[in-house]
This record gives sequence, structure tokens and C-alpha cells, in this order.
Amino acid sequence: MSKTVELTIDGKKVAAKEGDNILKVARENNIYIPALCYLEGVSSLGGCRVCVVEIRGSPKVFASCVTPVAEGMEVITDSERLRRYRKWAIELLLAERPHVCSVCVANGNCELQQLATELGVDHLRVDRKWTNYELDLTHERFAYDPNRCILCTRCIRVCDEVEGVHAIDLMLRGKNSKVIFDLDDKWGFAESCTSCGKCSAVCPVGALYVKGKPLSEVKKKELVSFVMSRRSEKTIG
Amino acid sequence: MPDGVQQTGLKTDRRLTLLEAAIKKHQYRKDALLEILHIAQELYGYLDKDLLTHISKLLRLPPSHVYGVATFYNLFKLKKPGAHVVTVCMGTACYVKGAEEIVSAIERDFNVKRGGTTPDGKLSLFVTRCIGACAMAPNTIVDGETIGKATPDEVLKKIRAVVGVEKVEAR
Amino acid sequence: MKPDELRNLAQKEDELRKSYRYRINVCCSSGCMPFGALKVLSAFKDAVKESGVEEECYVARTGCIGTCSIAPAVLVEPGDYLYQNVTPEKAKEIVKEHIVNNRPVKSMLYGNEAYFKKQLRIVLRNAGKIDPLRIEDYIAVGGYYALLKALTRMTPEGVIEEVALSGLKGRGGAGFLTGLKWRYVARATGSPKYVIANLDEGDPGVFANRTLAEADPHAIIEGMTIAAYAVGASKGYIYVRSEYPLAVETLKKAIEAAKSMGLLGEKIFETAFSFDIELRLGAGAFVAGEETAILASIEGRRAMPRPRPPYPAQSGLWGKPTLINNVETLANIPVILLKGSEWFSSIGTKNCTGTKCFSLTGKVNNPGLIEVPMGITLREVVFEIGGGVPPGRRFKAVQVGGPSGGFLPEQLLDLPIDYESLTKAGAIMGSGGIVVLDDTSCMVDTAKFFTEFCVDESCGKCTPCRAGLYKLYKILDGFTQGEGDIQDLDKVEDLCEFIKEASLCGLGQTAPNPTLTTLKYFRDEYVSHIVEKKCPAGKCFKDGGGAGS
Repeated sequence: MSKTVELTIDGKKVAAKEGDNILKVARENNIYIPALCYLEGVSSLGGCRVCVVEIRGSPKVFASCVTPVAEGMEVITDSERLRRYRKWAIELLLAERPHVCSVCVANGNCELQQLATELGVDHLRVDRKWTNYELDLTHERFAYDPNRCILCTRCIRVCDEVEGVHAIDLMLRGKNSKVIFDLDDKWGFAESCTSCGKCSAVCPVGALYVKGKPLSEVKKKELVSFVMSRRSEKTIG
Repeated sequence: MPDGVQQTGLKTDRRLTLLEAAIKKHQYRKDALLEILHIAQELYGYLDKDLLTHISKLLRLPPSHVYGVATFYNLFKLKKPGAHVVTVCMGTACYVKGAEEIVSAIERDFNVKRGGTTPDGKLSLFVTRCIGACAMAPNTIVDGETIGKATPDEVLKKIRAVVGVEKVEAR
Repeated sequence: MKPDELRNLAQKEDELRKSYRYRINVCCSSGCMPFGALKVLSAFKDAVKESGVEEECYVARTGCIGTCSIAPAVLVEPGDYLYQNVTPEKAKEIVKEHIVNNRPVKSMLYGNEAYFKKQLRIVLRNAGKIDPLRIEDYIAVGGYYALLKALTRMTPEGVIEEVALSGLKGRGGAGFLTGLKWRYVARATGSPKYVIANLDEGDPGVFANRTLAEADPHAIIEGMTIAAYAVGASKGYIYVRSEYPLAVETLKKAIEAAKSMGLLGEKIFETAFSFDIELRLGAGAFVAGEETAILASIEGRRAMPRPRPPYPAQSGLWGKPTLINNVETLANIPVILLKGSEWFSSIGTKNCTGTKCFSLTGKVNNPGLIEVPMGITLREVVFEIGGGVPPGRRFKAVQVGGPSGGFLPEQLLDLPIDYESLTKAGAIMGSGGIVVLDDTSCMVDTAKFFTEFCVDESCGKCTPCRAGLYKLYKILDGFTQGEGDIQDLDKVEDLCEFIKEASLCGLGQTAPNPTLTTLKYFRDEYVSHIVEKKCPAGKCFKDGGGAGS
């Protein structure tokens, strides 16, 4: 039996399982913390930094998806500073690659778009970068547009940890990082891929998608929970 | 070779024998990937996709993982380098003392971009972040030989001598 | 090896050393090698043979003497006569005059006493005076005695206590108390435990760790073995940059030598303690020096940092308790055990004991590798040891702490070098780089250079570092080409705050330092770029216009 700890989130007393992260506990208690790369059911990355929170007694901010709860911890999920940082995170993601909502399959069902609206991102303070990655349409059912990828690695984690295949990973590093199939092969020729579709289901934006179907028809959120509820028992090997 | 490992496009030669022996010595351990990539690059000069596929099969690692690791680290080369290699140190001390001018001069005179190779495959130009000879900055390495406190002219002269051409005109 | 064998060997070696009247130490480190050090070495050997003084003069191939600006450097003992820019011809003359006729060749000596006067060599105690490839040389100067003492006369807790009392802090940059770190690992449950010596010195302009490994590899190995005994580890890894081929080769041979003498391996000094060390090569990734990234790299993965907790002390290599120390930290350990924590803590300042190695480079007259007591001022380092900026130039700024260290102006030169003071001023101790800039350097351009370095080296995991630094670089690049307006400076500061506070690891958290400190201390240079479209140093605006060209 794991131990239970007590903490407060925005002044509300909550009980949590020791070892759980702040974001998960907050959600279980209906306290909203915006998040983007986080995906329940797979390991946390702590990459997008949208889910930052403050903890009383520390001058730092913490990514709530990778910070474990502790006894007596006082978590603050909203402040002027946190809003400022979250806004920067979203703005930088929007400016990192050419995100143009009007011509995106995810328009209206995009988590990046939703967060931008919610956090009041109405213009970008930094110049956009126009990356020119080739659109990959080689797979018969799915498509991949690296120009819309925000490098959240949900697809990588779900392919590795849920499907047990690890057909997807990152190549290069830093600003040049790119999500790849096998040896940066075209998707349709990536031998490891089982065509399960989990990666496109968990993609928060329009980078990985089902061909010929606007996401509004797919109802992305429901699909995510459907995929996650059917975790495969397969392991690597 | 262990059972169940398919052949890849690699030629069976001495290099392959040595590579497979090294992998065996590391007991096919997945965590030896970096060591294996070092050895493979030493044997083959660079890491092409056939080689990486072979390594991924022998170590039973997903190809995407192997490719991810090979491209993460600057030292691993995925393309065939030129016959001659010039590396200009762009560490702090060298930068402060004018390394940028050396790189620009080579780029201009040999029609090659940093990180690239001339169209005829004769010369590759790389920049590196500090070779650690900062007191002799700026440093340039031409085919393994370090030129310290170098001026652009000295470096160009050395390259001309090694490569055997005066200039490469832009096309 | 038995304890007695170590003593006998040391005695024998000492007698051998004393049987020579002279010892010629030829620096063959990475700083001197490219300039013909090996030819000089063989010239000395030949000259000694030809002059028939083989019996009284020993020629040694050593590591770095510290004066990298006069390569190849040669040190003649006794008397520590330092010869500069030695050539094979000069070698002949030095043997003839100095050794045979006992008349030091004054015209060839490096006449710069100020360079050494304020230095204190603890970590570099043997650098340039022993042959790193001869383990006997190290044993002759008291090597492996501290290990013997620890294993036979101290408990692991006693060793930790001694290190804790010394006040030694981690020399890799963060300055965490070494004794405390060891205690965490010692108390952690899990087996086996690991020790990692961090030699991934990727900072451009820093070569202190490399020099240490090339000059005195056994100091690292001994310190590491003591650390392993203290925390209960059975296996160690030295993670070294592959860009340092000589350091790699030296360490490899040193590990083999220690193994063959039984100073590594099973039942060391006939005690129950066993320890083994393996070398792991990096492959060109600055971020791999971060302590969670180094774990990923040793495990054969992309060197991406992960959030802490869990700390490596609890869950490190393959999830086991792991101690990660910088090699400079480890090289301090044998001395602390032999001379005592009280002696060590008397050096430096109250909160910051001991010494620190720095690579002193840039626009300074005497660049090189120095070791100074903590608390020394930057002014002493730059102007007394370094000899100031070249003639006719004016000092502008000094950067401390590698690519993510801050730039400090003239008025802060009296700042003492210790972790707290540097951090307060916006610089960091880092892994020990000091770069001096004069009036020919543009601060905007320099901030851009370091930001670009961090952009290249960012692993790409978190948004602030991956996307934020790149945008910061683009803005700075714009400034150097006459773009931007004055309001952009506030935006830059706001963006820097986000990167500093919200990044996942130390790389992103410190990367804005060059920009923030130049904005703080050299704001007028930014203003003149943006408003007057002029670069005071004449570096920017290459494509027409401005003060340049």
C-alpha cells in the first residue's frame, strides 16, 4: 500500500497518493492547470512548461506534471507570473513553426489553439519561423506534417509505452529536433510501424492525422480516452 | 551472428567482422550503443543507414532510437566527409581572437559552407566548439595538424597545399 | 598490492629520483603538443645522451606546466627554471649550458614571476612535474597513500566526515557541498552503487579538466576510488569528451596501470573493498555534462536532462544510487585525507574553501591554466596573473563561468571569486573559464555568440530553452544588423526571465546570463546599436553603414 499525503492546491486541502505528480492530483480534484505535453497513462516529459506552478517557500516555478506531491506542500496554480510564463510558452511554440490555424486539419480541435485563446495570446512578440519540412503522405491512412509539430513527444511515448513498438523517436536536437519514423524514413515505408493510429490520436495539434477526415468529425478528446483505455499489453522486443 | 538477425545491405568484409566482434565483446548490451557507434565510425568513416540498421538489429534496439542517438551527438557523421578535413575551432577564446574571419575566408575561397563538403568531395569544413588549446587561439586543424595563432592567410595557404587547388569558384 | 609494497615502491622511486641531479620536465599536453613538444622531448633525450649526462639528468614527459602561451614549455628542476618556446635546437643548448655547465640559459627563461606568485597549486600539485603515464611517478610523490589511509585506517563514515569538515564544494559549477552529496549516496538504499567522474568539459574556452586528466590522471582515479569506498560503490565510470584524445589515452593507460598494480580491482590493499573503473566517451554534446543527461548518455541514450527529483543519489545509473562528481572535485580528495580537513579549510574563504582551477584566456597577456585560492579578486587574476590586456588596449569586461557565465565590468573587478559573490553579480563559477575582453570586443556581438552556442547545444526538450533561446538569438542578431527598437530591450529582459526561471535544466537556466549581464552593465552599447546604428567596437554592421569596416 502506498502512503497518502496531504497538501493544499490553491488553498484547497487534498489527499493524494505519494509519488503522484501535482498535475494528476489537481485534475482528480477538479482543479484546472493548463498543460500541453502531458498525457495521462504515459510517462511525463516536463517539456512544454505550460503546466508550471509555484510552491510556497520556493522562489522557483515547477512543471506540475513532473513534480511529485509532498506532505504539507502548498501549491499555487495561478499568479501574474505563472500567466506570463505560460503565455510565453504558447507564443514560442506558435512562433517556432508555421502554425496557420485556417489551413490546419486540427482547426477547432487543437490543444495549442485552445490554450492560446484561453491564455489571451492575441499576437506574437517574436518573429515566426517558416520551416519547410516536406509533408509525408506516404502512409495509406495517416499523414504527418512536421511543420505543425510542437515536439511534445506524446506520439513517441504512446508508441513506446502503450503500443510497445517504439517506431517513433526524435532526431537531431534543440531547435532542429524532428519527430521521425525508424531511420527518418517516410511513414509508409517505416517497417516498425504497426499502423495502430495511436500516435495520431494523441497528437494535440495537426501534425499527425488521419487522412481525409477533418478532426472536427473525429472528436479528438473522446478518441484519446478510447485509445488510452485500451492499453496494449505488448512489451518491447 | 546471433540467430534471427537479418542481413542488411552491408558488405561482408573485415570492417564488418571487426564491428561484430566489438558488439559481441560488449555482450550485445543496449547501453553500449554509443561505444558501438564510435567504433563503427572509426571503421567506416561515417554512419550510413545500412550500418545503423545493422547495429539496431544486432543490439535489438528500435531503428528510430539508434537514429535518434546517432543524430543527437555532433561527433557522429551521417554523410561521407571530404578527402581533406578542415576544422576551425569556434570556442570562446578562438572566437574572440578572430576565428570567424578564418571560417569566412575558407567559405569564400573554397566555395564550401560550414558543415559541408565541396562539390568535388575534396574538402570538408567543420567548426567545433573548443579543442581546448585556448592559449594558442585561434586554432585551426587541417587534416589532423593544428595551426595555432593562425591568420586567415596562413590557413588558406595550408589548405591550398593540402588540397592542391588554389580556389574553388562558385558555380 | 599489499600496503608494504606501496611503501617500498615509493621509497625505491624516491631514491631513483634523488639519484639524478637534474630533471627536465617537457610539457607534452594538448596545449604544447601541436607546437612540437614531442620533437623537443626527443631532442632533450638525444642531447643528454650525447653529452654523456644520462646518469645525472632525467628527461620526463609530463603534463601541463600551466603556461600555455609559451608552448612548448620546459621546466628544469631543481630551482624550477621555466624555459619558453623551446625548439630542438634550444634543447641542445639548454642541456649544454644548464645541465653540463650548470649555467641556466637566462635569455630563454620565461621571466614572469607574477604569473605564479598568486597561484596555489593543490589540484595541480603534480601537473608538469610527474610523468602521467608512469604510475610509479605518482606513487613517488605520495600517490595512493590517501587511499591506503582511507581503506586501512578510516571508516567510510569517517572519510565522509573528513570531506564534509573540509568544506569542499563541487567544482563542476553548482557548488554543492561534496561531503553532503556523498552522505546522501552513502545513505541511499539500493545496490550496486556507482560513482561517475564528470569530465565532459564542453564549455568553449575551458580546458582545466582536460589538463588535469592529461597531467595527473591518477589523482582523479585515487579520488574516485576513495569516494567509492566512502559511499559504498563498486563500479565507476569516467565520462570524458571524445574531443580530448590525449586525455582519453592518458586515462585509459592510467586505469590499466592501476589495475595491474592491484590499486583497482578486487580486494584493494587486501581489504574487503573492490572497485573498478570504466571509461565512457562522449560524442559532442555540451548538455551531457548536466548530471541527469550524463546518466542518459552512459546508458547509451540521447543526452536529455530529466527533472529532479529523483536525484541521482537516489536513482541514478540504471535506477541505482549514483554519485556524480567533477574530476577537479575528486582530485582534491587525496590531499584532504592526507593533510586533513583543517588544513584545507584554512585555504580560501570561510564559506568557500580550497582553490579553483581556471582557464584564463581571451585578450590577456598571459593566457594559461591557473589555480588560485578561493576569495582572490578578479583584478588580481586578470591584471597580476594574467598581466592585463595587450598593450594599447583597454580592459572592457571579464566573463566568468563558461558560455552561460555573466560579463562583469571594470567596477566589479574587486569581487572575490567564490560561489556566492559571483552568483550575486550575475556570473557563475561554472566549470572554470575566465575570458577577458578588451575594447575591440562588442558586448552585443559577444552576447549573441554565447546565445548561439547555447542554441546549438540545447537538447530541445523544453520550450524555453529550445524555442526561447533561438528567438533571443534572432533578436540579438537583429541588433547587430541595425534592426529592432528600444522597447525590444524590455521584451528581451522579459524573455530572458522566462528562460531562466522556466527551463528544465541548468543549461537553459543559466543561458540568458550573458545577455542579462551585458544589458545590465553595458546597456549603452545596446542603445548605440539600436538608436544610433553604431557599434562602438566596430564589429557589427558588416554590410555597410555603422562604425565598422
